[in-house]
Parts: sequence; structure tokens; C-alpha cells
Amino acid sequence: MRVTQGTFSFLPDLTDKQIKAQIQYALDQGWALNVEYTDDPHPRNTYWEMWCVPMFDTKDAAAVLLEVNECRKVYGNMYIKVNSFDNSRWRESQSMSFIVNRPKEEPGFGVARDAGPGRSLRYRVHSYATDKPEGARYK
Amino acid sequence: MAKPGTADETEANGTDAPEQPIPTELDLEEEFQRSDIQSVLDQLDRELVGLASVKMRIREIAAMLLVDKARRQMRLETEPPTLHMSFTGNPGTGKTTVALRMADILHRLEYVRQGHLVSVTRDDLVGQYIGHTAPKTREVIKKAMGGVLFIDEAYYLYRPENERDYGQESIEILLQVMENNRDDLVVILAGYANRMETFFKSNPGFRSRVAHHLDFPDYSAEELFKIAGLMVAQQQYILSDSAAVALREYIPKRMRQPHFANARSIRNAIDRAKLRQANRLFAGRGKTKLTKNDLMTLEGADFRQSRIFDEPGASGAAGDHGSTKQ
Repeated sequence: MRVTQGTFSFLPDLTDKQIKAQIQYALDQGWALNVEYTDDPHPRNTYWEMWCVPMFDTKDAAAVLLEVNECRKVYGNMYIKVNSFDNSRWRESQSMSFIVNRPKEEPGFGVARDAGPGRSLRYRVHSYATDKPEGARYK
Repeated sequence: MAKPGTADETEANGTDAPEQPIPTELDLEEEFQRSDIQSVLDQLDRELVGLASVKMRIREIAAMLLVDKARRQMRLETEPPTLHMSFTGNPGTGKTTVALRMADILHRLEYVRQGHLVSVTRDDLVGQYIGHTAPKTREVIKKAMGGVLFIDEAYYLYRPENERDYGQESIEILLQVMENNRDDLVVILAGYANRMETFFKSNPGFRSRVAHHLDFPDYSAEELFKIAGLMVAQQQYILSDSAAVALREYIPKRMRQPHFANARSIRNAIDRAKLRQANRLFAGRGKTKLTKNDLMTLEGADFRQSRIFDEPGASGAAGDHGSTKQ
């Protein structure tokens, strides 16, 4: 199951050239960028791991792409996304977020039912990726 | 500048624009005009006195990049040239100024994409404890990408007396980036000639990756006088005739003093003359009204109060220590 979240998520995966162009667009807007990765792509999982400190003073897309590629070398079989932050409203608010790397096999999600008191049922979205212990999820 | 969708590398990508036909002939002059490189070269001639060999080399680099661009348009094989440079010369000979210009020139010739200059020294690259250096160096490199990384007093990176010095780690990362990210940034190493020589000797990797070694000669007294004229004009001051005479006498005297730092010493001398001029005007307040001309003119007396005129041929009493870099 192909995870779709963030900007461009319904397009085919971006090539490096396209990623670079998007990053350059963000930089030209004066936005800061960072790179994050995770093995649990649950839509409510907003806390992805940071790959490096956010890049505030970079001017060129090559620098951000360099970090993306470094991250791919280590976590090539995980989800990696690039976020950009706009500080023009007095706080760093996210302006763009797109996935630049995904695992070869994406386990996807299932619906789990929890039986509650009485005959009540609660549904939740379950990320199959989390069935294996952390770190072993995408090996 | 990389616009969206027109990034410079040729990657397999279905959305590429259709190939343009190969032109049969090219007008190099037209290309030259379009890059507006002449205005930078003119500015270089106007604002930098002397440095004939340096200007020559910049012209050569500009010509090479222009021809390279033409070759690319003709679909001829072009290897992106290595443009890492080393600037060697005594203090105050214009290394930083030229580096700034270089960033501009390379940007106009589309060799670097953004054309900014990041000026760093050892402190910005080398960390204080184990594991600190690599992220610090990478941070600087990322900032400089798309522009020029200017490493001032680069020989400090290598400290042979301490084999566990973290500078070596920084050097290794730099070497790697200079090789792998050649089209992303240009590294300029600057420093005093003899110390750079030992630096290159002990780091042969650097020597082979640096294609252009530019030597900045010391200025002659005449050139320094011209520089002084430029500096004064730039700050909207005028030298009176007596000040010009005094300055002409001052320069050779100052050149014989220790810690002489070429143009930087001259700038300090002018700064002190400005100080004395202000003092002179302030002392004479209430007597006459000041004109615009009074505010602009540096008089001979403003220079002659310098200690250099008091002690002819004396050494060690130099008023300034030009070797401190700012």
C-alpha cells in the first residue's frame, strides 16, 4: 500500500532533479528546511526522527539534497521527508512537507476493532509496520 | 540560478524539455556581453590598484568559463573545470576583496548558482571536542553551497605539533567535498605565502585539488597612495594638497615600520586622520561656522601628527598593529 501524505503525495515519486527544484523553490521563498525519517508512517505519527539540525542559512538546494542522500544511505528502507518552515508569521510554521524516500515494501495499514463495554466497538487505524519491534520493522 | 525544472545536471527524467538544436556558430562576443562580465572586470580594474597578475588570472578564468559554456552549447565534451583556488600574500594585499569579486564573477558566468561568499576561519570549522568537528564543518559547507567558501588563514587548519588536533578531520571532510561536490561550491584558501607553502606540503591532497594558485604581491608606495585616494573618496573625504604631500611622505615611512599590513595600514592611517580632523574641527567650534568642504577635507596636519613623523627611522613605535585582522 502506497502511503500518501504531504505535498505531491498523489504524484509519482519525485526524481532527485525534481526534489532539488522543489527545495530550491522553498529556499527562494526564504524558508528553512529539515529532513526527517521514520519507520511508522501512521498519519497521526507527527513525531518523525530528525536527521540533522534544521538548515536555516543554506542558500542552495544541493546542501539539502546532500543531507537527504546521507539519510538515504543510513535509512534507505524507511520513510524520509523534507519539511520547510515559513517564519514570516512570527513563528516557524510548516509550509511544505513531502516524502522523498519510501521503503521497498510498504506494509500499509489495517483497521483494528477494540471491543468496549457493552457491545460498543472502537475502530482504529493500525500501522502494520509497528507489529515488529522498533528498528526491525523494515529489515 | 537553478530555476524549478531547469536544474543543471542531465538526469534521466521524462519531464525534460525537448533538446534544443545545436547552433552552427556562436557569437562569443554576444555571450560575453550577456554575462555582463565586463562590468565586473571594469570594477575590478577601478577599485583594485595593482595586482596585475591576479587580474590576469581572473580574466583567464572568465575566458575559460565562457569558452566552456560555448562548448557546452555545441554539445562538445566539457568537464566542469576545478576552480578551487589558493590566495597567498601578505596581510592587506586584497585577498578577501578579490574573493568577494570572484564569487560575483563566477555567479555571472553561471559557474556557481547563488554567488554568495561564506568567509570562515579555523574556529568556524574545527570543533572543541571529539565528534564536534565533522558536523561543524559540514554545517559551514552546506551554508557555502551554491557559492564560494573562503577559508581565511587556512594553514591554521593543520597543526603538526599536535597529532590529535581536530583540524585534520576538518581537512579530510573539505577534501572530500572539494572532490565530490565540485559543481556545488568553490573553495578558496587564503593565507600568508610561506605558511601556506608548508600547509600544502603537509597536505598534498589540497595541492592537487587546488587548480589556481594566485599570489598577491605587496603594493609599492605609489600603489598605496592610489589606494589611499580611493579609500578617501569612498568615504566622501578629500585630501588637501598638504595632506597629499604628507601622505606621500607617510607611506614609505610606514612601510619600513614593523607590522606593516599594506592597504590595511593605510586604511588605519586614514581612520586616525579622520579622528584628528574631527578633533581639530571640534576644538575650533564656536569660532567659525563649518562648511561642507570643512567636513570633508583632511589636512596635512591631520597626518603629520602621526608618531611616525616624530621619530624618523625609529622602529617598534608604530601607531597601529596592522596584523590584527578584522
